[in-house]
Amino acid sequence: MPAIALREIDGHSRGYYALLGALGAVTLAGLAAAYYIEHYGHIVTGMTNQIVWGIPHVFAVFLIVAASGVLNVASIASVFGRKFYKPLAPLSGLLAIAMLAGGLMVLMLDLGRADRLIVAMTYYNFKSIFALNVFLYTGFFAIVAVYLWTLMERRMNGYSGPAGLVAFIWRLLLTTGTGSIFGFLVARQAYDSALLAPMFIVMSFSYGLAVYILVLIAAYRWSGRPLCDAVLARLNRLLIVFVAATLYFVAVHHLTNLYVAKQQDFERFILLAGGVYPVLFWVGQVALGSLAPLAILVHPALNKSRAWIAAAALLVVLGALAQMYVTIIGGQAYPLQLFPGMQVSSSFFDGVVHPYAPSAPEIMLALGGVAVAAIIVLLAVKLLRFLPESLDSRLVDTLEAKAA
Amino acid sequence: MNETDRSPDQPEAMSRRQFIGWGAAAVAGLAIAPGVTLFDLAHGRPAAEAASDKVRWGMLIDTNLCGTGCNDCVTACSRENHLSGGLKPTDSQWIRKMELKDLRSGKTHSLPMLCQHCEHPPCVDVCPTGASFKRADGIVLVDRHICIGCRYCMMACPYKARSFVHEEVTGQNPDVPRGKGTVESCTLCVHRIDRDRTPACVEACAAAGRNAMIFGDLNDPRSEISKRIATYTTTQVRADLALNTAVRYQGI
Repeated sequence: MPAIALREIDGHSRGYYALLGALGAVTLAGLAAAYYIEHYGHIVTGMTNQIVWGIPHVFAVFLIVAASGVLNVASIASVFGRKFYKPLAPLSGLLAIAMLAGGLMVLMLDLGRADRLIVAMTYYNFKSIFALNVFLYTGFFAIVAVYLWTLMERRMNGYSGPAGLVAFIWRLLLTTGTGSIFGFLVARQAYDSALLAPMFIVMSFSYGLAVYILVLIAAYRWSGRPLCDAVLARLNRLLIVFVAATLYFVAVHHLTNLYVAKQQDFERFILLAGGVYPVLFWVGQVALGSLAPLAILVHPALNKSRAWIAAAALLVVLGALAQMYVTIIGGQAYPLQLFPGMQVSSSFFDGVVHPYAPSAPEIMLALGGVAVAAIIVLLAVKLLRFLPESLDSRLVDTLEAKAA
Repeated sequence: MNETDRSPDQPEAMSRRQFIGWGAAAVAGLAIAPGVTLFDLAHGRPAAEAASDKVRWGMLIDTNLCGTGCNDCVTACSRENHLSGGLKPTDSQWIRKMELKDLRSGKTHSLPMLCQHCEHPPCVDVCPTGASFKRADGIVLVDRHICIGCRYCMMACPYKARSFVHEEVTGQNPDVPRGKGTVESCTLCVHRIDRDRTPACVEACAAAGRNAMIFGDLNDPRSEISKRIATYTTTQVRADLALNTAVRYQGI
């Protein structure tokens, strides 16, 4: 069989440097925004005592969820033994590390006291899922780094199976932790559900794979390396399953809530009457983010077109951001029910829907996290051997024959 | 010449008048100090002694006595803790008046809402660094030194009792440290309790002649609050969460 030759990209083109420069500028803008927020306080953001987590958290949680999901491509090769996915595995691990780093950067820099990072690393309340997440995140970096080593260093290849298994289990724990940030919030009607942990895992499959497809298409197009349609066809089929599974979990979550009398007012808010949130849910998350990509990916002609595949993956990512917005901001916008059956009012905005308008600095911070993740990938594929020199049909045929 | 209008280039040397002033203050301090210490020993909990779980501080609010439109407890809280009293969505409100109307019967209630000082506080559970903590005597507090400002406690609190300091704060009460970028909430006036005084809101309510708020030790069966709770039906807000709040309401 032809060996899978992993090779650095050239990375001297004008396009490469232009992309790097643009991402660098976005990163710098994000860092400047973080400094601005830290200096003046969160008064310069759209966040309030009602909407305490804003657009930075929407992007941060998306990046962290997608980071664990993007590792799936590697897991399919190492854990489930599908040889076909083996050449795709190193990029999968790299994206996982890069996106987690980007997401965590946003989360850290949004803290009221980002300067107290050392406190967060030295004082622990182990009953807090946030504290456990600190270990899950740092552990994820270490485990995926070792896993990448076993994938990319020939002498270590024999250990890639066990390393992949550990990484796979760890990523399930990590996303359980992320989903539980919300699942454990007993006070709020939007959250407080054990369903959120498995739902976040399924969401991560979908978000991560969509990002992977986008990066793969872009990397092979921009570096001029051959990418066989069969590779994308396989990933497409997988994405169909993941997007549909996410939709299924979302449906079960809402249907359960609709059945519970005390949750019906909240469901009416988020699905029907809540202004921007029902629009983002139905148009953003469901129609454009799930049904449209599903239609493209099952369409016999469209799913052969690389542009349409990229469009479908991009729609899944945008739908994911809509879902995060509805979940995180929408969940806070609905007022806490302290006295069921009573009409309430106060100077602290009890009983009213809380408005939220993100300010420029917090949007810049959020985008800065995406840019950092992209820069890490861009530099890594130039400096290290992450990408197969070719994913042409000859290699794919051999892999398929081996798999069969 | 006034101390504050001295220009920087003038000598720092202490004038005779200043010396006499400081000297008199020092002598007066020495004379009063033992008395103050004795008073503290007799009434307050000495600073070196840890809070005890033998007491559980609590509050009973009689909504029948609480007046619609009366805001005395809120004003007293702002004055005591040096809060701005502002009502923007980013301003801190440790205590707020809530107006309630039963949708079926039309009956209205007015009551103050504040940190309920739960026995099982969700804010303490979720705090990653342990900055949110419950003192042995049941008072839920935030350690401003290790709060990183993640606001997870604000997401977790069922009572919307916590505020995030969105901008620089000035003119603080030395007993009540606050800080930009950290979370804060009602301390039950812990600095007053430790000096054997009642919370500022309770004092203001009594001063207004309403006596809608009673403060005391829930563990002491002889305390007025315990007697009232044993006699009358009282409610915990969001009792379904089984947090065993230290703030109880009567009349809703």
